[in-house]
Amino acid sequence: MNAQTMGRKNLKDLLERYPFASSYFKDNNLPLEGNRDLTLEEYFGQFDEEAREERALDVDLHYRQLGEFIKQMNAFLGHEEDRVQTVTILPGTDKSGKGEEFGELTIAQGEIVCIVGPTGSGKSRLLGDIEWVAQGDTPTSRRILINGEKPDRKWRFSTKDKLVAQISQNMNFVMDLTVYEFVELHAESRMVENRGETIGRIIESANALAGERFTPETPITSLSGGQSRALMIADTAILSKSPIILIDEIENAGIDRKQALDLLLSEEKLVLMATHDPILALMGDRRIVIKNGGIHRVIETTEEEREILSTLEEMDRKLLAYRSKLRNGEIIGKL
Amino acid sequence: MNLVTISGPPSSGKTAVILKTIDALKKRGLKTAVAKFDCLYTDDDRLYEKAGIPVKKGLSGALCPDHYFISNIEEVVKWGVEEGFDLLVSESAGLCNRCSPYVKGIRAVCVIDNLSGINTPKKIGPMLKSADIVVITKGDIVSQAEREVFASRVNTVNPGAVILHVNGLTGQGSYELSTLLFDESEGMETLVGRELRFPMPSALCSYCLGETRIGEKYQMGNVRKMDMEGKN
Repeated sequence: MNAQTMGRKNLKDLLERYPFASSYFKDNNLPLEGNRDLTLEEYFGQFDEEAREERALDVDLHYRQLGEFIKQMNAFLGHEEDRVQTVTILPGTDKSGKGEEFGELTIAQGEIVCIVGPTGSGKSRLLGDIEWVAQGDTPTSRRILINGEKPDRKWRFSTKDKLVAQISQNMNFVMDLTVYEFVELHAESRMVENRGETIGRIIESANALAGERFTPETPITSLSGGQSRALMIADTAILSKSPIILIDEIENAGIDRKQALDLLLSEEKLVLMATHDPILALMGDRRIVIKNGGIHRVIETTEEEREILSTLEEMDRKLLAYRSKLRNGEIIGKL
Repeated sequence: MNLVTISGPPSSGKTAVILKTIDALKKRGLKTAVAKFDCLYTDDDRLYEKAGIPVKKGLSGALCPDHYFISNIEEVVKWGVEEGFDLLVSESAGLCNRCSPYVKGIRAVCVIDNLSGINTPKKIGPMLKSADIVVITKGDIVSQAEREVFASRVNTVNPGAVILHVNGLTGQGSYELSTLLFDESEGMETLVGRELRFPMPSALCSYCLGETRIGEKYQMGNVRKMDMEGKN
């Protein structure tokens, strides 16, 4: 649509055909009430030069941006869900320019892959390469394939189709809303149908992950650390459209981590987890070892390691039991 | 030389993003310099110097910062061309949400942060709405949900922009940003004859000229009164 044809469009028709366009007017502080019978040209014509200056209104820019917005939303609503079944990393080089020696690494939906290595070793760059779907054009020269093929450029630039969602230790809720309002806001921005049901499911799942229950009316800022993490994970699992979830450690308090990972996998996510916690690391199917900016090794979790994992989990349960005894004001004795 | 104008509200992370991005440009062998515009005070020029980046600093003092910017940018460009930089970055704070220092045909980047609240995209004028690239910072401290909601609000007010998430502390995303800032085929020598994308806010009243006394009889020129009767 060029500016001229846009200008002749009747607002009522436009909004009937593209109901989502009302959010464009709303977020740009352009009132619609009482104006629906006007054409766009008449609508913007109501603002004289002074009013345009006053509101910092650029009519040509609005024609272009509204046209672009409608185009993007149509593409978003119309396209079939592109399932990301696998992500493949093709080797590049480490910081000294030495080639990485892992052949190729394919991570499939429903798999957990951990990333280990010292701080500054290049974990962020690896995640950056995946998020930017690198095509030999990043410092590591790695290439990323999606479903075995060279990926669509939309993964790089679209805000609606982001490849990676992140959950990390130092994240907080900064909005002043109740749990329900918060999840509703997210659902709105994701244009989810049957919102009430989805919101209910998220709050239910979050409560199943967190030890202590919270209600939809609880303000998000008063959730405990464990409850916050549980809500972030449940919300990301169910509402975020990104097929890959990146987790940067999950603190071991107030949340069932095993169940949290299961929830992500049941929502058909690929899970990448940067962690040095042996329990989390061994929960993964494989782990990538990063050294000097490159992928040094890819280790498959061995049978022996899985047995050790159960011992570690047993120790962990003991520690948590002591913690809750302390919390309840009990005397610590032998368990 | 390529010129990029970067602006954004105070403390949104402009300098941190620019420093990390120039790191990435340096590795590609590109010579980048910065012109920092601010109002009363800045010591960001020292941060640039410390990183070995050529820098010029301009403080607008008693003048409107954006008016000051546009009256000085040509001299800065001249400096850049003479020094033979590949890329010159101008950094300025959008202090009144109405400002926009962007020039037609010159790449414009707006930096805003996740902590500023989800209604912020609605409140910022041409500085956000007419930018080519919008960089969103501080994503590491808010939840995934808030990041998604914030980015979608930015997308609604500026659907034409490329939106990137950059972490000014770790530099995550800055390499990606750097690839969008320099284009060999886009050289420029001067800004003379070019135009602003949007007119700057106008103000010319007695207080602009130094009046300090309060009262109706001292208010002259372009004066506007609040509506005290209406419901707003």
